[in-house]
Amino acid sequence: MAKTILDIRGLRKTYGQHEVLKGVDCAVQEGEVIAIIGSSGSGKTTMLRCINMLEEFQGGTISLDGEEIGYHVEGTARRRKSEKEIARQRALTGMAFQQFNLFPHMTAAENVMLGLIKVKKMAKFEARAIAETWLDRVGLASRVDHYPGQLSGGQQQRVAIARAIAMAPRLMLFDEVTSALDPELVGEVLQVIKGLAADGMTMLLVTHEMRFAYEVSSRVIFMNQGVICEEGNPKEMFVRPKTERLAEFLKTSSFN
Amino acid sequence: MSQSFLDQLWTARYVIMSGLGMSVSISLLAILAGSVLGVFVGMALVFGGAALRFAVRAYTDIVRGTPVLVLVLASYYVSSAVGVNLGPFTAGVLALAIFCSSHVGEIVRGALQAIPKGQTEAAKAIGLTFTQTFTSVLWPQAMRQFLPAWVNTAAEMVKASTLLSVIGVAELLLRTQEIISRNFLSLQFYFLAGALYFIVNYGIERFGKYVERKTTLPS
Repeated sequence: MAKTILDIRGLRKTYGQHEVLKGVDCAVQEGEVIAIIGSSGSGKTTMLRCINMLEEFQGGTISLDGEEIGYHVEGTARRRKSEKEIARQRALTGMAFQQFNLFPHMTAAENVMLGLIKVKKMAKFEARAIAETWLDRVGLASRVDHYPGQLSGGQQQRVAIARAIAMAPRLMLFDEVTSALDPELVGEVLQVIKGLAADGMTMLLVTHEMRFAYEVSSRVIFMNQGVICEEGNPKEMFVRPKTERLAEFLKTSSFN
Repeated sequence: MSQSFLDQLWTARYVIMSGLGMSVSISLLAILAGSVLGVFVGMALVFGGAALRFAVRAYTDIVRGTPVLVLVLASYYVSSAVGVNLGPFTAGVLALAIFCSSHVGEIVRGALQAIPKGQTEAAKAIGLTFTQTFTSVLWPQAMRQFLPAWVNTAAEMVKASTLLSVIGVAELLLRTQEIISRNFLSLQFYFLAGALYFIVNYGIERFGKYVERKTTLPS
């Protein structure tokens, strides 16, 4: 029986009057690769961002390895944890973004090393060795000392993934990591993610690449209007959607 | 005539040099103090809570909306009126530093706000605290962004330092006026003073260009 890494219960998030997440429940087992799909505005990215507190949330709990993320909850009272505590918890998850968000004033290696040195308090040479190992893993051994401005989009995204994964997170979050890439560069990034999946990394991927979701994920979550509308095995879901909404979504998406 | 200008110049050489030295000291102190204060002003405008932002915003708007000469006079006469005897030099430098801080504050605010939100998010995502995010990620990027505008402000401060002549600080302009009142070579000595100011500001501008070149990221 696999261990539950992430347990989301009754997650609610509002922007003023607008409720983006209306009670999401989701448990993730160690080693699972979960693709989160849904049309824009369905709340999939927001849910991902709540997991590492890039978004505040107003209701429900998220626990990672049994540890409550972001808030102390006692009965009905909830209090935001200290900035320092939240920073520590954020380091437990890794995240890759649609826009890469590499630090432009640092080389590829320095981007990867920053968290190792500042957060994990490693010595520089140690951090450098880890950075080189991971940059090699994502196929960028020859680009270690290049600045982001000297790299293609696909290369930048691979550095960003190396930067996240080098921190040895319990869980990786991918937020539409191929959406900003030219079509011919998508493959190299997906290849890296496939490699991580093969290593047994637990991952949540918000994606528009239906073919990829189908191939790499062990479970698919379809979100619609702030709730999980349907979830299950990709082989089942893509071929025989149970809900009308999913059937409609698949029809308009690129999967066929 | 030309001979007599050179003679007069030779006679006045130490006076001119001390005036120049005074102008450079005033400018340097005002730029340094104003920049340090300005960085805090800029940070308050970007990261501060509503109350702090409002207070600092009022400060920058009032200072920027006031002529520098008025600030200089106010700093000198108001301080002595309330019993704090700053002396013309300190009062003048204080006024320029305050003026400088409001401009640097605006520049820093603009530079910080120009950094994409994703930078902060990426830093947070790897577990950096706010302080670490600021020093390692935001500040190095903001610095590159605001350098040209900052050099511009530094040059403005050198020019504004002439205003301290009205409260009797013996900087280059006042010294020049004193010399002219003795020898009546107004054209020559004003031209000389102008040339000296130009050299100082040209130096600042070259220095800025040099630092800009050094810190430009390869692409």
